Amino acid sequence: MKVPVSWLREFVDIPEALSGREVSDLLLGVGFEVEGVDTVGDVRGPLVVGRVKSVEELTDFKKPIRWCHVEVGAANGNADTPGIRGIVCGARNFAEGDLVVIALPGTTLPGDFTIATRETYGHVSDGMICSVRELGIGDEHDGILVLPAGSATPGDNAFPILGLGDEVMDLAVTPDRGYALSMRGMAREAAIAQGISFTDPGTQLAQLPEAGGSAVQAASDDYQACDLLVLRTLGNYNPAAPTPDFIKARLAAVGVRSISLAVDLTNYVMFELGQPLHAFDADKVTGTIRARRAKKGEVLETLDGVTRNLTPEDLVIADDARVLSLAGVMGGAYSEISDATTRVVLEAAHFNPTEIARMSRRHKLSSEASRRLERGVDRMLPPVSSARFAELLMAHGGATFEGTSGVEQAPNPIVIAFDPQLPGRIAGHSYDASNVEKILMSLGCVVDSSKSLWSVRIPSWRPDLAAAIDLVEEVIRIDGYENVPATVPTAPAGRGLTELQKLQRRAGLHLAGRGLVEVRNYPFVGVAEFDALGIPANDSRRHAVQLANALSDEQPLMRTTLLPGLTGALARNISRGFNDAALFEIASVSLLSADQSATGVTNPPRPSVLQRPSATDIAALEALLPEQPLHLGVLLTGALKPAALGVKQTPVTWSDAIDIALALGIELGVEIEVATGDYAPWHPGRCAALSINGEQIGYAGELAPRALENLGLPKRAVALELNLSALLAAANVVASAPAIWTFPVAKEDIALVVKADVVATDVMKVVRNAAGELLEDIRLFDVYEGSQVADGHKSLAFALRFRAQDRTLAAEEVAAARQAGVDAAAKAFGATLR
Amino acid sequence: MSAPNKSFDPVEVTTLSAKALAGFVKDAVSAISAASNLDELKEVRLAHTGDRSPLSLANREIGALPPAAKAEAGKRMGESRGAVNEALAKRTAELEALRDAALLAEESVDVTIATGVRAQGGRHPLTTIQEQITDVFVALGYELAEGPEVESEWLNFDALNIAPDHPARTMQDTFFIGSEDSGIVLRTHTSPVQIRSMLTRELPIYVICPGRVFRTDELDSTHSPVFHQVEGLVVDKGITMADLKGTLNHFAQAMFGEGIVTRLRPSYFPFTEPSAEVDLQCFVCRGASVDNPDAPCRTCRSEGWIEWGGCGMVNPKVLVASGIDPEVYTGFAFGMGLERTLMFRHGITDMRDMVEGDVRFTRAFGLGV
Repeated sequence: MKVPVSWLREFVDIPEALSGREVSDLLLGVGFEVEGVDTVGDVRGPLVVGRVKSVEELTDFKKPIRWCHVEVGAANGNADTPGIRGIVCGARNFAEGDLVVIALPGTTLPGDFTIATRETYGHVSDGMICSVRELGIGDEHDGILVLPAGSATPGDNAFPILGLGDEVMDLAVTPDRGYALSMRGMAREAAIAQGISFTDPGTQLAQLPEAGGSAVQAASDDYQACDLLVLRTLGNYNPAAPTPDFIKARLAAVGVRSISLAVDLTNYVMFELGQPLHAFDADKVTGTIRARRAKKGEVLETLDGVTRNLTPEDLVIADDARVLSLAGVMGGAYSEISDATTRVVLEAAHFNPTEIARMSRRHKLSSEASRRLERGVDRMLPPVSSARFAELLMAHGGATFEGTSGVEQAPNPIVIAFDPQLPGRIAGHSYDASNVEKILMSLGCVVDSSKSLWSVRIPSWRPDLAAAIDLVEEVIRIDGYENVPATVPTAPAGRGLTELQKLQRRAGLHLAGRGLVEVRNYPFVGVAEFDALGIPANDSRRHAVQLANALSDEQPLMRTTLLPGLTGALARNISRGFNDAALFEIASVSLLSADQSATGVTNPPRPSVLQRPSATDIAALEALLPEQPLHLGVLLTGALKPAALGVKQTPVTWSDAIDIALALGIELGVEIEVATGDYAPWHPGRCAALSINGEQIGYAGELAPRALENLGLPKRAVALELNLSALLAAANVVASAPAIWTFPVAKEDIALVVKADVVATDVMKVVRNAAGELLEDIRLFDVYEGSQVADGHKSLAFALRFRAQDRTLAAEEVAAARQAGVDAAAKAFGATLR
Repeated sequence: MSAPNKSFDPVEVTTLSAKALAGFVKDAVSAISAASNLDELKEVRLAHTGDRSPLSLANREIGALPPAAKAEAGKRMGESRGAVNEALAKRTAELEALRDAALLAEESVDVTIATGVRAQGGRHPLTTIQEQITDVFVALGYELAEGPEVESEWLNFDALNIAPDHPARTMQDTFFIGSEDSGIVLRTHTSPVQIRSMLTRELPIYVICPGRVFRTDELDSTHSPVFHQVEGLVVDKGITMADLKGTLNHFAQAMFGEGIVTRLRPSYFPFTEPSAEVDLQCFVCRGASVDNPDAPCRTCRSEGWIEWGGCGMVNPKVLVASGIDPEVYTGFAFGMGLERTLMFRHGITDMRDMVEGDVRFTRAFGLGV
């Protein structure tokens, strides 16, 4: 909120010597973040009020020019013309006798424009008659600023009259402190911050004259939503009466445009005291003004020109004929104050904050009024603020007081039972009971400290104070957070990271150590990305969580696979000249079960927050959510190693992707099994399905040429994606020690000729099983296709190692085990020994 | 070999005379030092110590001497041979050293021609800062708590005392799944992990929860719809705001250096009461740049403090919603933005660098351990 320092000073003593920055520092200490401190109008030097004494029209020039003599006060004239200055002026909207603002020579106006005495149009111009625009306090183009007659005397310093030089603090007000959205509230905080006493203008009811007419009557049909409605009716209002300059200046400083006196005063009092007010043209009002629910089908054109359809959820202010305004949010066009209005009825009401918040949300309409009312406004303010308005309208708009009406249903005052030791227990720092009492009283609380448990009555302007802990916060805040000591609590003996958490770190370190670069992509994906990857229509990865309000229509889904993000990051790197890129990402994906909807449920559980939710409630909340396992995605293209002298750069191949998975398995102590796979977006002939103990965890290999082309990526790029959560869970954290057999090893090699489409690992498995427990290890060391074997066949060469636990193996035993393997391969695959 | 010569006086065997032996030794030593390489030295050694060398020939004559003369002649011969061998060993060592040095010089290469360069990998700084922060708190006895990114609205808002009409709940800030009424959101903060911790863990609770969060902000140099926070939560008997303050100071020092402190400013969060903003003392200028135009500080913009996060004492309503008795237990919670922390710690000027996955960015942070 914008707070002009001069306006604040009206309600609280602030030493003159304090700058705006110093005042804002005071308020920072009690919790108002300072967004900035600005000075109104960048004007320096002698700026005074002048009265136009004479005007001589000069007609010898291309445009009409005026040669004026202006009274500028005895001290400001020239030696040869005491109290008078001659000034040449091009504007024409002023007359002899008008009060104007004169920039005397030496004045610097915004834009670093310094006024000097100069000869022009045949005269010595000895100053400047200023416009609002030239002074930097408005955008009005229509010429010279003419002050109201009699509002000042020639020679007066124009700075305070125009509000120039005033410092305006921009302070952030947290949502719990609606009362601080006013000079009244800020002044109280400034008083508290300085530890000085405060006279609250919000409790000073202006004395109004005897009612001299017929007041418009008030009613509330819904005391739950509107428990207080006050109307003040005023007649004989002069709609042409100008708004006093100091009010205009203050409204401009807080960011409000001047409209008409009556409207300006509603805003002025709102910023002064905090109470939103609404003024109606009383002649447009039929019968009683009441707060009520809107009826279905009712419409209202609000002041912003929008016609709004109302529902019974809306609270409106209406008369006997029509809806006049959206209560506490915005007035209606029909009854607005116009330049023909002569009778004004002012509404000041107290609304239920939740009602206002909901309406503001429903109509997507936020106003200065709704901002305050949804945070909670002092319930005692409507009579005071409306009287203040009436007083001002009578003083500046010639209005007469016709009468007051009002209805209310008073709530019980809020009294909190308060243990004065509680602030100390929460802060870890003791507070004297007398200090606690003093602080509570400075807030406006009425404290009964006669018993050990105090009774604290909350002031009407602090609806945010509802429980003892709220008072604790106030005590600690006002005493100063800086007075709270610093200690470090002793936690119980911790168990450190879980194994899974440690392994996850290890996986990342391992991959980065292999030369892969980690990226962290957004989780948003779209159907076009699934299409580009060639993911089939019925693939479960397309059953993705859908956002209601995605930032991009192209990416309304939550990722089920890390590949779209990785391909995007790879494309960016390539476009920046990095054709050799090895990327990895570890992140969660959102996997819906077949019976979960992409758009969630329509009636989700909402357990009470007044107690711990039941196990059933917790299970129901969990059931809303998709499974969210961690995935690992890897995408490689070009060479893994950079170019170097004497090193041949070899592009990555499908086997690199598989190797990364297997090496990670070794790092984590998990044996990953490799089988032939067929899964988009991988190349169907170069795709490995990865599993652990028969459970599928992912795929690795070369990406399909079509997918790469669709994505604009280099040919032969390879990828790996696996369920990292499953891999980590399978990690062998406590390995059992193997038996170390020390009898000699016997080595045998076999080359088996099989059909070209036979899978090597299948052959290996069969041989391993058949060779029995004497076989210690088997390894594929060569694959040959060519003239030495029959067409459509290949030779697989395996190295076998045999060893026994308890003896040196005899040649016959080794030969028998080897032959068992060969026979089994022959039986299973028609393999022949080469 | 000639037969024993019994008729000659030893002194008359000229080859064994002291003078003759000294001559042999002198010849040998001079030849040894003249050898310029090991091959030449080998020749010299054969010539002067071999079977046909003058010393060897003279040695044969000892046998022919009368017993009385043998001892003296043998001693002279031993001394002579010793002198030659010593010279040989010395010269051998010299020549071997020369040979080795020449070999090493010959074998030298330009080691700056790197070969077999490894690919340079790297971990994302958002990953490593999460680990660094976690480690600070694990060392204090905390545990690492985690929670899902697609989260129920109840855990994200209701249980944290964020009322149904709170402005943060609108589509302007929060990503909703399906519709605004689905009860499912992308978590807007890591705070639902607080609730999960309170619902599932034994008291007392000391947890640190880093993680990814979401708000509906468009990506620009300082905003991202996807960002990261770290959240700390302690619930125990007798926990105070002083404990919060001390913990934050410890955290600040662990991350930014000895002596760095934090400052609390009153603020408002629905889930804490009292609530505060956390400012970090500028770890670059330590406040020296304030009101000192001669030494401005870019990190804190010469303010001396850097806005770091929010914190407070856990609101009793939040404890109640998690089934914890606020009369018995109190707690504190704090949270910081990790992108922001990285930006001021490492001088990252554009949020997009952390998002786009440019290999140059991540590589600059290495493995981050």
